Amino acid sequence: MKVVMLVKTSKKLYNQSNSKQPIWKMKIKKGIPLIDQHDKNGFYGGKFGGNYVAETLKKPIDDLTKLFEKFRKDKNFLKERDDLYEGYVGRPTRFIKLHNLTDHLGGAQIYAKMVSDANGGAHKIYNAITHAMLCKRAKKKYICTDTGAGYNGKMFSMVAKKFGLGCKVFMGQRDIERQKPNCDAIRKNGAEIIPVTSGSKTLVDAVSECIRYWVSNCDKVHMGIGSLVGPNIFVKICGFSTAQISKELKVQLEDEFGEIPKKLKLINCVGGGSSAYGFWSEFVDYNKNQIEFIGVEAGGSSKSKLHAAPLSKNSKLGVLHGSAAYCIQDADGQINDTESISSGLDYPSVSPIHCLLKDTGRARYTFATDEEALKAYKLVTELEEISPSLEPAHAFVEAIKIAPKLDNSNIIVVDSCGDSLKDRDIIKKHLGNYSR
Amino acid sequence: MISNISSVFKNCRKENRPALLTYIVAGDNTKKKSLEILKSISKYADILEIGFPHNAPTADGPQIQNSSYRALKNGIKLKDVFQIVKNYKNLRNAKPCILMGYYQMVFRYGEKKFVKKCKEVGVDGLIIVDLPWPDNKIFSKLCKKNSITFVQLLSPTTSRERMKKIISDSHDMNYFISMLSTTGGKLKVSPRKIIKNYDKIKKLNKSKNTVIGFGITKKTIKSLKKADGLVVGSALCKGITETLKKRQNPVIKLNKMVKDLKKQIS
Ligand SMILES: Cc1ncc(COP(=O)(O)O)c(C=O)c1O
Repeated sequence: MKVVMLVKTSKKLYNQSNSKQPIWKMKIKKGIPLIDQHDKNGFYGGKFGGNYVAETLKKPIDDLTKLFEKFRKDKNFLKERDDLYEGYVGRPTRFIKLHNLTDHLGGAQIYAKMVSDANGGAHKIYNAITHAMLCKRAKKKYICTDTGAGYNGKMFSMVAKKFGLGCKVFMGQRDIERQKPNCDAIRKNGAEIIPVTSGSKTLVDAVSECIRYWVSNCDKVHMGIGSLVGPNIFVKICGFSTAQISKELKVQLEDEFGEIPKKLKLINCVGGGSSAYGFWSEFVDYNKNQIEFIGVEAGGSSKSKLHAAPLSKNSKLGVLHGSAAYCIQDADGQINDTESISSGLDYPSVSPIHCLLKDTGRARYTFATDEEALKAYKLVTELEEISPSLEPAHAFVEAIKIAPKLDNSNIIVVDSCGDSLKDRDIIKKHLGNYSR
Repeated sequence: MISNISSVFKNCRKENRPALLTYIVAGDNTKKKSLEILKSISKYADILEIGFPHNAPTADGPQIQNSSYRALKNGIKLKDVFQIVKNYKNLRNAKPCILMGYYQMVFRYGEKKFVKKCKEVGVDGLIIVDLPWPDNKIFSKLCKKNSITFVQLLSPTTSRERMKKIISDSHDMNYFISMLSTTGGKLKVSPRKIIKNYDKIKKLNKSKNTVIGFGITKKTIKSLKKADGLVVGSALCKGITETLKKRQNPVIKLNKMVKDLKKQIS
């Protein structure tokens, strides 16, 4: 497939810092899934993504790429997957109107896509299934992955059990301490949690350690990365999988409104960006005046300078975990510490695809602080029969902010992509109690 | 004109022994100490690899990670790394230096600026762990233009076809990664097997200097003697860690370690 991403504009634009270099205008192509809009070196928009890996991983990545490109078109593979999405994940996850929240805010109509209905309690199950299926077809008996919130680890442990695979989950020591319910689930499923104690002891270090483990064991072990990040093929497999969310949503919107609404806003939290991609992918070709994408990153505590919001706080381009993307770093290129109440969003970089969506203006990115997320969690759980985890609580912050300013012809849909149970201890600590 | 790196291999060949390449992290554990270590091991080592530390190292094992974190904790910056090389290279008998690290650091600094700075302070070669062929084509050309050897990496997973292409684009030194591992893993394949793979690479082009690295220690170095050059890194980093734990002077320890390594292959 030939995808030409760089379109030279007739009027040459010149970069201010170096007037000799023309800027190439970045564009999104219609009719092609975003994950496939990369050049032959794996770059989106000419500069995001790529494959910055050790030589040892070139071949395993090449093999995985061939395997994926073969099976993504294979009828039996797709049927097996769809059957799993239906019978095992439980398809479709609900699309519900939040009547009380809508009435309370008195503006736009607010809906939620209850992705947390999925088996295991979050969207990470989609990617885990694809990886387990590919692992089987690669004839490997072991699978490894990283996890922050513990959801990705939990989902990999579930599918590993189902597919009879040995499973190692790399997790930062700090996250092990703050996401106990998911750790318990991982261990109960028979997977091994490998605590990572280097660096900031969170997701960034877990991903590094997982990649290191793969370097040493790539002949026997399949690696899955838990978000829309990493070398190009991992971005593609993840996006291919979570796209299920917007496929369902499209049908549900048509059922509810008889058409795709004229003024629709799709709000999603963004850590690496796997759920946001999956929530938006079917709608990329719509005009942004009709369907607006809003990504909400983790702003960290309002009392701290640290955050995990590379897009909305204008971080510079950097190379982390095999790809180039906006990344929180210091002037020398060291990755900076991040901070968020939400382990799943606590990551210094972001998917190359979200960098593309930002720079083309197709999506808008903002952030919510820890305090705002807790407040939104509180309001939503008081008014509605749902209980989003602290990651989607960040998305609810933005919905609560903008809904009162819009009239009721506007439809807001929030991706409630995780269940709060895993955040039990954090919520209890900050709000005094937790009930579910 | 023949490069400093090439003449090292030529001379070693005359002496009928492999070149000894050492690796330590710049600034481990302080700027001053690492310069002292370089000066001190310089007597026995033929080429000095010097790591510029990064805090998300996806291909390093625990030993080199420890060294990198130690250096970073002491505030090492790229400008200090360059200064260390510059000071070392001012020595009369300075050996060729190869800087080694991750692409993110080069990217942030700016490729052109980075290479220019390398040239200015006397860097002879560069190893960028996560910039494999063919993604390194442009950058390696830039190095060549500035008389810096861009070292290509080859691994047990690299296919023959790919190796041919990499070697044909390579400069005067290539680096064969002995096994599937991060740096510093235990040698999990037999030296015989490693040499067998190494011979296959040499057969593709005899004239390219090819060194072997990863997992080499005092115990195993002799068995790999046949290679053009051998790299010892993690063992030395571990040596630094141990002396610091015992509050000893790492300079003395490293001097002795490198002397012993040299003895094994002389
Ligand atoms: C419930 C939930 N939401 C969101 C995220 C953030 O990841 P992503 O941005 O890839 O969806 C996580 C990650 O662990 C998560 O568990």
